[in-house]
Amino acid sequence: MSTEIVIFTVLFLLVSGMGFVAARWRRANDLASLHEWGLGGRSFGSWITWFLVGGDLYTAYTFVAVPALLFGAGATGFFAVPYTVVVYPLVFLVMIRLWSVSHVHGLVTPADFVRARFGSPTLALLVALTGIVATMPYIALQLVGIEAVLKTMGVKGDLPLIIAFAILAAYTYQSGLRAPALIAFVKDSLIYVVILVAVIYIPSRLGGWSAIFDAAQAKFDATPAPGDGVLLNANNQLQYVTLALGSALALFLYPHSVTGVLASKNRDVIKRNMSALPAYSLLLGLIALLGYMAIAAGVKPIGTDVNTVVPQLFDTMFPDWFAGVAFAAVGIGALVPAAIMSIAAANLFTRNIYREYIRPDATDAQEASVSKIASLVVKVGAVLCILLIDPQFSIDLQLIGGVIILQTLPSVALGLFGRWFHRAGLVAGWVAGMGSGLLMLYNIANPATKHEHFGGSAFPLEKLGLDTKMTIYAGFLALAVNLVVAVLGTWLARAVKMAEGPDATRPEDYVADRDDPRVQDLEVAGSS
Amino acid sequence: MAAPRSDRSPWNWLLLLPIVVPLVPALFNSLEPRLFGIPLFYWLQLAFILLGVATTTVVYRMTRSGR
Repeated sequence: MSTEIVIFTVLFLLVSGMGFVAARWRRANDLASLHEWGLGGRSFGSWITWFLVGGDLYTAYTFVAVPALLFGAGATGFFAVPYTVVVYPLVFLVMIRLWSVSHVHGLVTPADFVRARFGSPTLALLVALTGIVATMPYIALQLVGIEAVLKTMGVKGDLPLIIAFAILAAYTYQSGLRAPALIAFVKDSLIYVVILVAVIYIPSRLGGWSAIFDAAQAKFDATPAPGDGVLLNANNQLQYVTLALGSALALFLYPHSVTGVLASKNRDVIKRNMSALPAYSLLLGLIALLGYMAIAAGVKPIGTDVNTVVPQLFDTMFPDWFAGVAFAAVGIGALVPAAIMSIAAANLFTRNIYREYIRPDATDAQEASVSKIASLVVKVGAVLCILLIDPQFSIDLQLIGGVIILQTLPSVALGLFGRWFHRAGLVAGWVAGMGSGLLMLYNIANPATKHEHFGGSAFPLEKLGLDTKMTIYAGFLALAVNLVVAVLGTWLARAVKMAEGPDATRPEDYVADRDDPRVQDLEVAGSS
Repeated sequence: MAAPRSDRSPWNWLLLLPIVVPLVPALFNSLEPRLFGIPLFYWLQLAFILLGVATTTVVYRMTRSGR
């Protein structure tokens, strides 16, 4: 066995051991309740929240896919940087309101909130289903990250991937949200070390930053594709901006981001994190540039899988033992978000489908055990996705995921600020946004991957009859359709005097902080 | 009796800055001037991270409840 594989395996097993021990960390009194298992008791301070949310948002897939985008298309792939700059100021005032209202009313998921705010089980069900469907391919993609690393190390067959996910499933089952929170420390430290070394050492071997960018420029000049290059052109600037903004709007609608935020101790912890989390964006920006380093180093992806360029770059540039550390960082980096995502998806199922429709009288212990099993099912589903279907299909699904999760924005994010919308209008808007979004994605072809449909998220405006070559992020346009229909639907519903759903929340619930007697930290699930 | 709690503060307007600036490609879509050989497009967008950190930090410190 090569040095790389030995180091990868040792680090991976070490971290897995931590996952099992995590159940005892910060003395969980009773892991049998959903709050404890699924939200870690909701008592995480600034540091843990930083690692948890950071580990959750900046996933292994990001680390592999963003540089792959720059490797393939250039500047357009750098959208990840403005996206992760814009997102924190954007949600700064939104997330604290969600934290407050959730803690006053014992809400665990975005769908719980919609249920309480608009009194509509239908709307809550739509939000829950959207969340589950959008999260599943995201988990599957984490496996793509591990797979890229395994491929580079020359590991053949599916068994290692299955083992890795079995370990993940076992410790999430055992320790709940505490496991990823604890492991995130190790993962992030490893990734920081690897990236710092990479951005100092690799450019020095390649003749400096100028040489790297010149090599990238030369590569894009030589290709016939019109959209690539180290700068944006007149036709893809709108796409760049709307994709960055649209992705930023979508990020905190994902159930797993909400889980991380709700687990924090008070509102100040959230605010402080909104200013500390961009440290990861810097890391992401540097990682993105690895794509250009790969070009300059003459790295070739394995087969047609461009996701292997970063692992291949590490393999070429680093001594074996350090490449092993780097691969372990990516592999472990996949486990943290996968764990949080599966917990969040499981919470959605338990709270908004099982308790709402299957067993309204479920006890706390029943809820927690259903959630644990649901999280296992979600992970098995993700593994099957990767093994049985072309990985490219997961990437397409993830693209769709971003577009569809955006359609919950009017109910969840705007719902936090007011109750102007009528529940019927919101349902109509969701249907319209979802329909138009999927229709647009269906009509986007990608000649590079030979896909006629679902080939990307850049929708050409000429398909709408406009005389232009400009493209726009499909999710952004779908959200606009959603909002217009929601407004019209609300007017119509009020005009025909359709019943308004009861609002279980009051204005002061949205600003309550930890010292407020109504904020109940460890109240048991099921009593909201 | 304390005044009712509120999230309103003039400082919040500062948050618009790091939302708008990174979304104006005219500001950064250029090769020159370079910094350590890195084109403007890349280093300036990375520098916007500092803008984001600075503004959110100011707003946090000015509006936190534990003062």
